[in-house]
Amino acid sequence: MSVILEGRNLTRDYVVSGGFLRGAKTVRALHGISFALEQGKTLAIVGESGCGKSTLARILTLIDPANTGELLIEGKPIDIREQKVTPELRAKVQIVFQNPYSSLNPRQKVGDVLTEPLIINTDVPAAERRERAEAMLQKVGLERQHYNRYPHMFSGGQRQRIAIARALMLNPKILVLDEPVSALDLSVQAQVLNLLKDLQDEFDLTYVFVSHDLSVVRYFADEVMVMNAGEVVEHASRDAIFANPQHEYTRTLLAATPIADVEKIRERVERRKALFEKA
Amino acid sequence: MALLKIRNLTVEFDTAQGPFRAVDGIDVEVEEREVLAIVGESGSGKSVSMLAVMGLLPPTATITADEMTYDGRDMLKMSGRERRQIIGREISMIFQEPISSLNPSFTCGYQIEEVLERHLGLKGKAARKRALELFESVGIPDPARRLKSYPHQLSGGQCQRVMIAMAIACKPRLLIADEPTTALDVTIQKQILDLLMKLQEEYGMGLIMITHDMGVVAETADRVSVQYKGRKMEEADVLSLFENPQHPYTRALLAALPENATGDRLLTVADGWEGVQ
Repeated sequence: MSVILEGRNLTRDYVVSGGFLRGAKTVRALHGISFALEQGKTLAIVGESGCGKSTLARILTLIDPANTGELLIEGKPIDIREQKVTPELRAKVQIVFQNPYSSLNPRQKVGDVLTEPLIINTDVPAAERRERAEAMLQKVGLERQHYNRYPHMFSGGQRQRIAIARALMLNPKILVLDEPVSALDLSVQAQVLNLLKDLQDEFDLTYVFVSHDLSVVRYFADEVMVMNAGEVVEHASRDAIFANPQHEYTRTLLAATPIADVEKIRERVERRKALFEKA
Repeated sequence: MALLKIRNLTVEFDTAQGPFRAVDGIDVEVEEREVLAIVGESGSGKSVSMLAVMGLLPPTATITADEMTYDGRDMLKMSGRERRQIIGREISMIFQEPISSLNPSFTCGYQIEEVLERHLGLKGKAARKRALELFESVGIPDPARRLKSYPHQLSGGQCQRVMIAMAIACKPRLLIADEPTTALDVTIQKQILDLLMKLQEEYGMGLIMITHDMGVVAETADRVSVQYKGRKMEEADVLSLFENPQHPYTRALLAALPENATGDRLLTVADGWEGVQ
C-alpha cells in the first residue's frame, strides 16, 4: 500500500484583527499536525467545534496554505504559497462541504455546477462535458434529466449527492468530506454514507472524513485522528480507538456520545422509577 | 389526570399551492413528572405541533383539534389573555438555536429579569437576586458577571443554559424542549441533557423532548412518540420501543443508526419501508 497523502508538522495561524487601540493577535489553529494516509483508506478527523479540523481540511484541499510544515501528495511536496495550483493538482484532491444548502450556487443549474470544474481545469469539449455530467448524476443516484434543474428543486440529501458528483467530476484520488452528513436526516444520512462507500470501492478513493459524530465515524472510518485545540491527541485504527481509547479526551468524547443501548436504557428507567416512587 | 392532552391535532398552512397539512391528526398526552420524546425527521411535524400549543405559529396556520387541555383547562376556548397567563409561566419552551433565540441587544440578566417581572412581579433587587440564583442552578460559571454579558459574549452551550434558566424561571409544570442540543458539540450536549434531566427530576416537571436523535431519546425519554410526515407512527415506552419496535418505520429508523450497522451497509428507511407506505 502506498501513502497518498501525508502531512508533516503542519501549522496554521490566523490573524485576529484587534479592536481600537488594540493590536492584532495571532491564533494558532493547528499546532503541528502529522499523519500519513494510504491509498483507498478512510481517515476520520474527529473533534469539537474550534479544534481545527476544518482548518486542516482546507489545507489538505489546497484552499489555504499551511504556515509551516510540509504537505505531500503522492510523495511530492506541495506548497501553494510557492507554486500555483495546477489543474493536475486540483484534480487530485476535491472537497464536499457540510451544508448542501449553502455550498451550491442557487442561480446555477445542476449541469453548470457539474461541468464548471471541467471547464476550468480541462479542455474537454462541450458535448463530452455534458455526457460526463449526466453519467455522474446517475452514478450518485440521480437522473440524467436533473441536468437542467436548479438546486432549490432538490431535497437536502439530493443536494449532497450533487455536491459529491461535483467533487468527483475531475476523477480525484482524494476526497475531503467536511461533515458531509451532519446536516441530513438519519435515513438520508444512511443513504449518503452507503453511496460514499460504493463510490470509494468503484473509484478507489481515499477519504479524509471530518466529523464530530463518533457513531458515524465508527461505521465509516479505517483510522481515526482525534483532535482537540489544534493538536492531535490520539491517532489509531478505528478498532483501537473505540475498544481501548488511550487519551483522556477521547474517553470524554466517547462517554458523551449518546448510544441507543437497551441495557443502558433499562438501567436508566429503573433508576427513575425508584426515584419517583420515593418522592 | 394528564398535564397536557391533545386529541386529533391538525395544523394546515396556506401556501401558494393550496393548503399544506403539516400535522395530521396527532394525539399527545404527557403526565406530570414524565418525559415524552417526540422523534421524527425534518418535515414530520414534530416542532409544529408543539408550536401550536404555545401559540407561536404564524397567522397562515390553521389549527384544529378535538381537544387541547392543559391541567383540565380547555386551551382552545381560552382568550389570549388567559393563554398568556399559562404560556411562559406554567408551560415554557426552549429552542434549537440558543444564540439566535436570545435578543442580541440586551444583556442576559435583563432578559431573564424581564421574565421574572412579567410573570412573577419581581423587580429591582429581588429580580436580580432570583436571576443570580437561577444562573447558579443551571451551572453558569461566574454568574454575577454573566448577568451583565451580552449573548454574543457567551458560547452556544452557555447561551442554552441561559435559555434554560429563563424557561425554568417560573418553575413551569411543563417544559417543551425543541431540539435543545442539536446545535451543540457532543460533550456540551451531554452537559445540557444532564442538566435538563436533573431539573426535570428536581421540579417534577413534565418534559416534552423534541428530537431527531435516537441516542438522545435513549438517554432521556420515558415514553416515545414516533412521527412521520405529520402522522404518529408508533407510541411506546422507551424500553419496548428500542427492544421491540412495532411499526416498520420505527424499525427502519433504528436500522439506519450507524451503530446498528450489520456488515458493510446501512439499511435505509427507503429499503425497509417504502413498500408499507
